[in-house]
Amino acid sequence: MDCNNCGDQHAEVTLTEIENDEMKTLHLCSTCAALKGVTVEGPSSTPIADLLAHLGGVSGGASSSDAEECEYCGTESSKFRQTGRLGCPQCYAQFPEQLRAVLRQVHGAAQHIGKIYLSSDLSATKPELELASLKRRLERAVELEDFELAANLRDKMNLIQGTP
Amino acid sequence: MNDLLRVHPEIRHQGLDWLKEPSPDDDIVVSTRVRLARNIQGFPFAFNATQAERASILDQTREVIGGLEMMGRVDLWEMSGLDSRERELLLERHLVSRELTMTPEGEVPNSSALALGNLRALGVMINEEDHLRLHTIRGGRQLLGAWNDLDQLDEELGVRLPYAFHHEFGFLTSCPTNVGTGLRASVLIHLPGLVLTKQIHRVLDGMGQLGLTYRGLYGEGSRIVGNLFQVSNQTTLGKTEEDLIDHLEILVKRVIGYEKQARSVLLREAPNILEDKVWRAYGILSHAHSLPFEEMMNLLSGVRLGISLKLIKSPSVGVISEMMIRAQTAHLQSEAGRRLDEIDADVFRARYVRDVLRTIDESLEEKGPETGPTGSIAEAT
Repeated sequence: MDCNNCGDQHAEVTLTEIENDEMKTLHLCSTCAALKGVTVEGPSSTPIADLLAHLGGVSGGASSSDAEECEYCGTESSKFRQTGRLGCPQCYAQFPEQLRAVLRQVHGAAQHIGKIYLSSDLSATKPELELASLKRRLERAVELEDFELAANLRDKMNLIQGTP
Repeated sequence: MNDLLRVHPEIRHQGLDWLKEPSPDDDIVVSTRVRLARNIQGFPFAFNATQAERASILDQTREVIGGLEMMGRVDLWEMSGLDSRERELLLERHLVSRELTMTPEGEVPNSSALALGNLRALGVMINEEDHLRLHTIRGGRQLLGAWNDLDQLDEELGVRLPYAFHHEFGFLTSCPTNVGTGLRASVLIHLPGLVLTKQIHRVLDGMGQLGLTYRGLYGEGSRIVGNLFQVSNQTTLGKTEEDLIDHLEILVKRVIGYEKQARSVLLREAPNILEDKVWRAYGILSHAHSLPFEEMMNLLSGVRLGISLKLIKSPSVGVISEMMIRAQTAHLQSEAGRRLDEIDADVFRARYVRDVLRTIDESLEEKGPETGPTGSIAEAT
């Protein structure tokens, strides 16, 4: 069944409203339901992808400052829009615009105000973190037999380490 | 490795300590669970990680988890090292999630594990949807205590493993629905009064508008059985952990108040019908020779209500909670020492329930009828 509100998404939520003593039943997609203040939790019942499809026109276009793909794990922005799944923690920093839009819908906020995490190793400088990440990605690329990516990553590591 | 970590010990009664102590509001609240979702910097999320990366996440966690003060001695089980019956046992005790034990393709995931401490009922799932899911389960309404312990475990673990954290988005999680605090607190609450007086939907709708959500006993998408509702916070971002906990606590207390009102209305308006319902449930449980799980849960709901209203003197509500766990199929299979099909399981379940109730009846007779509730936990046969 199609959503009674937008008509182009699959209806997943049944909303019963009482207006002037009259009962109305609406079948809504999760996005329209969310917009009516009904949010259903969890990845299976709040398809982020569905939300992103709606938001796509706003934040997925050319004006977005988001990356086309995550430079750490290679998850493509378009794939995130399709599946609603992020590939790695770094994806958050790579697709911030789309995420802010999603988070405002899902949580009603986009800024964390809870516990602050201080890195376990405060002496770790950024290049060191980057190197560690590149090293793991290199191992992963080798394991997946993606040698072109592996060569690329090795070049980047050499650049940071200052070796030719 | 150290002697504070036991790898693959036999699964006995681990994770059931919360049943033994009487706890706040346990006439209405069965249990409290709190979990934190955490991921380790520099790795893809678990579903996207290679075998080697998943193994490395497990290794790093195993290295440090045996030395945490909050957890004490730790038992660790890798899911691939357990047989399906053992995995089900952990699932039935709510110590692991379905996702930890099985991929969407029905296979046992690589390098996914449960670490369980012998102190404070603290556990960590490794390579679940997130790299780490820290959790705890308590009897009754104990949100603040559960959160404080979990918070300290998080601090201890966070200095040993580099968490993925972002100044704007907080603790980064595989699914954006968990990002920020990564905190999900839930309370399993028994609401037969509100169901019988047909007010339950109003209360549930109200909670929905106030940022809470509810599920059945087995989490997302599961049916409501035995008038048990798992109420939890819906959002994880934009509020502090303490605010999320306080908000849930305040609303749960209010729901407890509504349930108590509904129960007193029932007692006043329809005492005979109520008493009949409660004792009829007790009678069937004491005599049935085949009991499907859902039927048992609904009957136990009646008995639990009867105990709370002091219509039935014994057993204690703790015994009812323990039966809810031990009368599940994997637990029955574990006692029987073999696989049970559905028909066999119903027969074993009925026998187990009869035995527990008979033991209690006999102990009451020995002590005389005026001794009141025994408050003890009956051992499964």
